[in-house]
Amino acid sequence: MVEKSLMNNYVEGDTGPWEVVIGLEVHAQVTSQSKLFSGAATAFGAEPNSQVSLVDAGMPGMLPVINEVAVEQAVRSGLGLNAKINTYSVFDRKNYFYADLPQGYQISQYLQPIVGEGVITVDLEDGRSRDIGIERLHLEQDAGKSIHDRHPTKTYVDLNRSGVALMEIVSKPDMRTAEEAGAYVRKVRTILRYLGTCDGNMEEGSMRADVNVSVRRPGEALGTRAEIKNVNSVRFMQQAIAYETGRQIDILEAGGSIDQETRLFDAQSGTTRPMRSKEEAHDYRYFPDPDLLPLEFSDAFIERIRRTLPELPDAKKQRYMDAMGLSVHDAQVLVSEREIAAFFEQVAQGRDPKIAANWVQGEFFAQLSKAERDIADSPVSADQLGGLIDLIADSTISGKIAKDVLVSMFESGQDAAAIVAEKGLKQVSDSGVIEAEIDKVIAVNPDKVAEFQGGKDKVLGWFVGQIMQATKGKANPQMVNQLLRGKLKA
Amino acid sequence: MAELTELGISEARDLLAKGALSSRELTESHISAMAESSALNAMVTETPEIALAMADASDERRAKGGSGALEGIPLAIKDLFCTKGVLTTAGSHILDGFRPPYESTVTANLWQAGAVMLGKTNMDEFAMGSSNETSYYGAVQNPWRRHGDNRALVPGGSSGGSATAVSGRFAMGATATDTGGSIRQPASFTGTVGCKPTYGRCSRWGVVAFASSLDQAGPITRSVRDNAIMLGAMAGYDPKDATSANVALPDFEAALTGDARGLKIGVPKEYVLDGMPGEIEALWQRGIGWLRAAGAEIIDISLPHTKYALPTYYIVAPAEASSNLARYDGVRFGLRMPGDDLTEMYENTRAAGFGPEVRRRVLIGTYVLSAGYYDAYYLKAQKVRRLIAQDFRDVFASVDAILTPSTPSAAFAFGDKADDPIAMYLNDVFTVPANLAGLPGISLPAGLSDDGLPLGLQVLAPAFDEETMFRVAGLLEEAAAFNEAPTQWWRSR
Repeated sequence: MVEKSLMNNYVEGDTGPWEVVIGLEVHAQVTSQSKLFSGAATAFGAEPNSQVSLVDAGMPGMLPVINEVAVEQAVRSGLGLNAKINTYSVFDRKNYFYADLPQGYQISQYLQPIVGEGVITVDLEDGRSRDIGIERLHLEQDAGKSIHDRHPTKTYVDLNRSGVALMEIVSKPDMRTAEEAGAYVRKVRTILRYLGTCDGNMEEGSMRADVNVSVRRPGEALGTRAEIKNVNSVRFMQQAIAYETGRQIDILEAGGSIDQETRLFDAQSGTTRPMRSKEEAHDYRYFPDPDLLPLEFSDAFIERIRRTLPELPDAKKQRYMDAMGLSVHDAQVLVSEREIAAFFEQVAQGRDPKIAANWVQGEFFAQLSKAERDIADSPVSADQLGGLIDLIADSTISGKIAKDVLVSMFESGQDAAAIVAEKGLKQVSDSGVIEAEIDKVIAVNPDKVAEFQGGKDKVLGWFVGQIMQATKGKANPQMVNQLLRGKLKA
Repeated sequence: MAELTELGISEARDLLAKGALSSRELTESHISAMAESSALNAMVTETPEIALAMADASDERRAKGGSGALEGIPLAIKDLFCTKGVLTTAGSHILDGFRPPYESTVTANLWQAGAVMLGKTNMDEFAMGSSNETSYYGAVQNPWRRHGDNRALVPGGSSGGSATAVSGRFAMGATATDTGGSIRQPASFTGTVGCKPTYGRCSRWGVVAFASSLDQAGPITRSVRDNAIMLGAMAGYDPKDATSANVALPDFEAALTGDARGLKIGVPKEYVLDGMPGEIEALWQRGIGWLRAAGAEIIDISLPHTKYALPTYYIVAPAEASSNLARYDGVRFGLRMPGDDLTEMYENTRAAGFGPEVRRRVLIGTYVLSAGYYDAYYLKAQKVRRLIAQDFRDVFASVDAILTPSTPSAAFAFGDKADDPIAMYLNDVFTVPANLAGLPGISLPAGLSDDGLPLGLQVLAPAFDEETMFRVAGLLEEAAAFNEAPTQWWRSR
C-alpha cells in the first residue's frame, strides 16, 4: 500500500518512503498552415487522407523541404521557455517500420536539436512556485494514424497527420508529484498559447505528453523509468502517474525490478500496460537526413523573433502585482490565458485595476460560465464591462444593481447605460427623496427606532433594507446610511 | 533513314533549325532502331506513341517559331526518373505497376527544352550494380564485343541501359544517374560520354533515391558537345530539393573553347593501381600527352585518402539506401505479398520484391547504422569522407582539373564478377571519390583496348566548375579522335 506524505512529497511504502521522479515529453503541434516538410494543409477534422502531399505519402523520389514558419515557431517557443537557441541544428532520420509511417522513418532531431536547455516556473495550488528545467526542444514530423476498429481483419490508415510539425519539449526529471507534472503541462501550454506557437488543444491531439516515471529511495540514484504514452489530458496524466508509482513501488518492495519499457495508458481502467513494440528490436538507427542540409540561421534571425514576443505570463503576473496591486491569486488567474489577460487589461484601462479584476473574475466569469461561452465569444465585451464599472464609479448605479445590469447585458448584448436608462435603474441620490422615505419608515416603526436607540446597531441594516425596498434598490446606499444614522440618533 | 541515328544532338539541332529535318523523321528513325534493338534489352518500357506525339508537338512549336535547347531531340530516360503516367520501375520487382502521378524535375526540364521521350532504360536494381546484372528485367548487353569473340559483355552499371541506348544508336542521348560511377563507368564501357555534374547541380526531385548524399543525375551522349548541351537542359536550381544548389547555370557549350593555354592538369599518383592492365596505364599516358601537346601544364598531385574512398562509399551508400528503401513496404504502391500480419506482409513483400544485391546493401546499411556499430562504421566513414573532400580542395588550389582513367578495365563478360561483390565494387575505384566529394566528373572514350573495346578517360573538376571539365574533355576528345562504333550485330529487321 502506498500513502502520500504531505511534508516532503515522499510516498510511504510498506518498507519506507519513496521519492517519485517525473520527466515529461510534451508533443506540441506547431501552429502553421502547412506541414513540417511539405505544403500540405494541417486543419483538424478533415476527410481522411485529404491533406496528404506526395512527400507525406512517402512516394518514390519525393523530398522534404523545411517549412520556415515551423522553424520560426520553434525558435519563438524556445525563447518563451527561456531556453538556449541553437543556430546550428540537424535533422535526423529515426528509422522504424509501421503502416502509418510512409517513409519508413520519422524526420526528427536527435543529437543537435534547435533548442537547448531552459527553465520555466510553475505555480502550485498552495501558492508555492517551482522551477522546472527544460532539457531541449526539437522539431519532428508526426506519423499518420492507424485505425484498427473499422474492419475485422484490416487496418485503415489516415495520413492527414503524416508530416505535421511537432515540437517535442523534453523536461528535466525535475518533478516529484502528479500535481507538479500537471502544473508543468499547464504552464507549457499557457506559454505556447501566449506565443501563438501551439493551440494547446489536447482533445484534438495538438498537445500530448509522454510521461517518464521512476521511483527511488530518497537521496539515492535515479531508478529505472517507464515511459507512458497515450496520455492526452492532464487528468489522465495524473492518474497514470499515480498508477505507475504504485505499480513500481509494489514491484520493488516485493523484491522485483523495473523494466525500462514503454507503457500505454488505458483511460478506461486508469492503468498502464506494456506497449506492443513497433519493431521487434528497438534500434531506430538514427542518422542525419541526407535530404536536408543542417538547419542554420543567424543571431539576427533570433533577435528579430525575440522583438515580436508578447509579454509572457510570468512577467504579466509580476506587473499585475507590482503596478496594479493585485493579489498573487488574482494575478495568477488573470494571466492563465492570454485572452483573459487581454480582456482584463482592456477593462482595467483607465479604471481601478482591483475593481476591474474583481468584476472580471467574479460576476463576469460567473455569467460567462452560465452562458457556456468562452472569453473569445463573450456576449459582453471588455469595453461594455468597463462601461458598467464606470456607472458604479460615478454613482449612477449601485454595485448591487450593477450585478443585475450585467445579467441583462449577457441576455441582450446591450450597453449598461442603455439598460439603466431603459429600466429606470438610475440611483436615487436626491436627499429630499431619500429623507422622505426614511421619515415614512421611522413613522411606522417606532419599536425598531427604540431598539436602535437602545444600542442595537444591527437594526440599522433592517432600516437600510426597508429603504432600498421602497426605492426598488435605487437609493444611493451611502446616502441612505448617512441620512438614516442622522435621523435615528435625533 | 538509318543514318539519322548516326547524328549527334548538335548536328541534328542544326538540321532541325534549318528545316532540313523534322523531329517526327528523327524520332521515327530512333523508334525503329529501338524496336530492332530489343536483343540488347536496354529498354524496360518503350513509349513510341508518346515519342511521336511529342515529336509532332515539337515540330508544331518550331513552325510557330519557338524552340528549346533540345527541340525535337529524341532521348531515352533511365527508369529511375519518375515519369508521369509512365511505368517507373527502378529496375526492381517491388515497383511493379508503379505509374507516378508526377514528373521528375530533370525530365520536366528536358521536355520544357523540347526533348522527346523514347522510353525508359533498363538499369541495375535501384541503381545498385556495376554490370546491369541486378535488374529484375534482365541484364542489358553491351553493344560492343571483343575482336573475334562472340561472348556477350556487360555494359557497366547502373546506367547500362542508357549507355547502351546511346552507344547502340537508338537514342541521341539518355538521362542517367551516378551514385558511385553509375554514369561514367557504363559510358566508359560503351564508348560514350557520360558526365556526373556537381552534387546539387541537377534536382533529385522525382528521382528514385539510392543514396541521397551521393546521387546525381547527368547525361550520356556520344560527344562532349552533346553532353554539354544536354546537361544545360537538365540542370538548374529546384526549390523542391533542399540539396539543390541555387547557383547560376552557365552556358556549358560555350565552355568548349578548344583552348588549353593556361590549364593546369593534375595527375594523382594514387590512381596507379597494382595489377592495373597496361593498356589502361598506356591510355592515361596518351591522355597526358595530348593535353601537354595542346599546351596544358601537367602537375603530379597526391590525393592521399583515395585508398579509403571505396570502403567509405560502401558504408555511406548502403546506410542511406537502407533507410531510403524502407518506403517500399507494400502498403501504398508497387508489389504487395500478403501475410498474416503487418510484419509478415513486410517480410514477404520485401523478400520477393528486392533482388540479392539490394538485400545485401540494405543489410549492410542496417548493420552500419545499428547501435554499437554506428560510431565505428557510419561516423568513421563520414569523417573519412570529409578528408577525401579536403584532399580535392587542397589540390584544386593548384590545378584546374584532374585526369584519371575512368575504370580499371574494359567491359567484362557476364558472370565474370557477379559472384564476387568485392571484385565488382572495385569497378568504381576511380569514380567513387568524386561522388564522396560532390565533384563533377566526365568520362569520354579515348581509345580501344587490345581486344577492341572502348576505354574511357575521366576528367574531374572543382565543384560547380563543369565549364573547365567540359573544356578539358573537349580537348581530349579532339586529340583522341575516337570514331569507333560497335557493329550493329544485334539489329533485327
